Amino acid sequence: MLETIGIRNTDELFEEIPSHLKVSGLEGIPQGMTEMEVSRLMHQRAAENKQAVCFIGAGAYEHHIPAAVWQLTTRGEYYTVYTPYQAEASQGTLQLTYEFQSMMTALTEMDVSNASLYDGASALAEAILMAVRGNRKSKSRRIIIPRTVHPAYRKTAETIVSGQNIELVEVDYDRASGTVQLDAIQQAAGDDITAVVIQQPSFFGTLEDVDAITDWAHQNNVLVISITNPLSIAVLKPPGQWGGNGADIACGEGQPLGAPLSCGGPYYGFLCCSKALVRQMPGRIVGRTTDVDGKEGFVLTLQAREQHIRRSKATSNICTNQGLVVTASTIHMAILGPQGLENTAAACHANTRELVAQLSTIDGVRTAFNGPIFHESVLLLDKLADEVLELLAAQDILGGYDLGEDYPELDSAILVCATELRTEEDIMAYRTALQAVFGIQSMHKEIA
Amino acid sequence: MSEIPSELKYTKSHEWVRDEDNGTVTVGITDHAQALLGDLVFVELPEVGSEVSAEDAICVVESVKAASDVYMPVSGEVLAVNDSLADAPETINDSPYDDGWLVKVKLSNPDQISDLMDADSYATETAED
Repeated sequence: MLETIGIRNTDELFEEIPSHLKVSGLEGIPQGMTEMEVSRLMHQRAAENKQAVCFIGAGAYEHHIPAAVWQLTTRGEYYTVYTPYQAEASQGTLQLTYEFQSMMTALTEMDVSNASLYDGASALAEAILMAVRGNRKSKSRRIIIPRTVHPAYRKTAETIVSGQNIELVEVDYDRASGTVQLDAIQQAAGDDITAVVIQQPSFFGTLEDVDAITDWAHQNNVLVISITNPLSIAVLKPPGQWGGNGADIACGEGQPLGAPLSCGGPYYGFLCCSKALVRQMPGRIVGRTTDVDGKEGFVLTLQAREQHIRRSKATSNICTNQGLVVTASTIHMAILGPQGLENTAAACHANTRELVAQLSTIDGVRTAFNGPIFHESVLLLDKLADEVLELLAAQDILGGYDLGEDYPELDSAILVCATELRTEEDIMAYRTALQAVFGIQSMHKEIA
Repeated sequence: MSEIPSELKYTKSHEWVRDEDNGTVTVGITDHAQALLGDLVFVELPEVGSEVSAEDAICVVESVKAASDVYMPVSGEVLAVNDSLADAPETINDSPYDDGWLVKVKLSNPDQISDLMDADSYATETAED
């Protein structure tokens, strides 16, 4: 081949690169290892992993995933395909994606769903951009976003929309209930607000007054963006039922439905909306149609708004989806069905209530907020949260999420969650360990 | 060969303008444009009452293969938009110069009409495409 193209060796192909830019060797990288050696090394490393019992929620949840889910998802036909969107080659994948979209609209009770986005946080950013494009009655480009929305989602939304002349208006929560109040929203709204974001359950696990906020929003030409844990809406009122007309855009993190925790990802974001906003929806959308012979088939649709056609005026720079994780999620939802999802959500709620009841019997531990919670709860501690969590971790208990950094006004607080995987034994072991921690004298919190 | 009515004015970006002789104009897209776009499926029109300037993108016409901006040939206030296009966007394909009109505008600067191309110039323009 070198002879055919008239050069002596492959180095000649790179001659035009200045020599000071060329790397001679990769000095920091050790020699390659055989498969046998790598396998042994990985086994040694894996032995250092701890198996801790997880009571952390805060946006990613450990749930049981039936064995069939990943058995099927790792089939080569799903696992190894790259961008399987062509109608002539990928009817199986397109049909599965269509089923996913149908399931998400059924779950959220919204009109339309797309084929997924990267994760819940960036789905919120896309929802905000969508609301700004879609709300023609509002010019302010101001979005109300309560502090009860997940802190990482707020930061991500800020990063993504900050260069686009959009103002995120933060509204504080009521300290007693841990929810955002309608009058605080109204005050922050002023004359013109483009959209309001409501997370239900909130980051704290508390339940916001979604109906009152949604109705106020619609009376004032404000679009409603909901963020929901998709498992929780098997039991709670879905966004499509909020207020008189339902939320306008529904987004959230799909991880609880079939994706393992996996050190933070990959997960997927779901995005649903009302029919009126469908042309503003970013990402891929699969549609069902008939071919020239009248036979049913599946295709990508509404593509005219995508990046490869609209370029800088596209609805988003994203023109893909989280195909593999969505495949797992669709199979997971199909196996559990609506009753299975409801049972799982109910079990999580019952276990969290049991956990909170048990832990609050300890002197020095109390719940932060009055009012109903779902799936998660905030506990205030009379000792430093980070030190408590460290002592629990030493006993292989991941006790909760330390709220100190994001909510400094909550003096020493943790967010705890008990999913359907946590047994009575797990909960009592946590209680025993925490009781022991509070028995130690040397760790009292400094009194301000 | 696309249809190019001689009494209308045209732009390089394939809009036509009908001078209604009372300080208002009607604007739409040409036969050449609708043929290039293919079957139209959606039209996004501006708000009645909005102020527009020449060369602003005031509307988006969407077909199965593209979503294209439509540019205002003149400046003024939008008096009316063609609401029938919401249910029947394909009207633009069938009748781009009559039933498929997009907006009616009250001119803020009537001299701008004379800057537009006449039918012959537009014909030359599109023959080169």
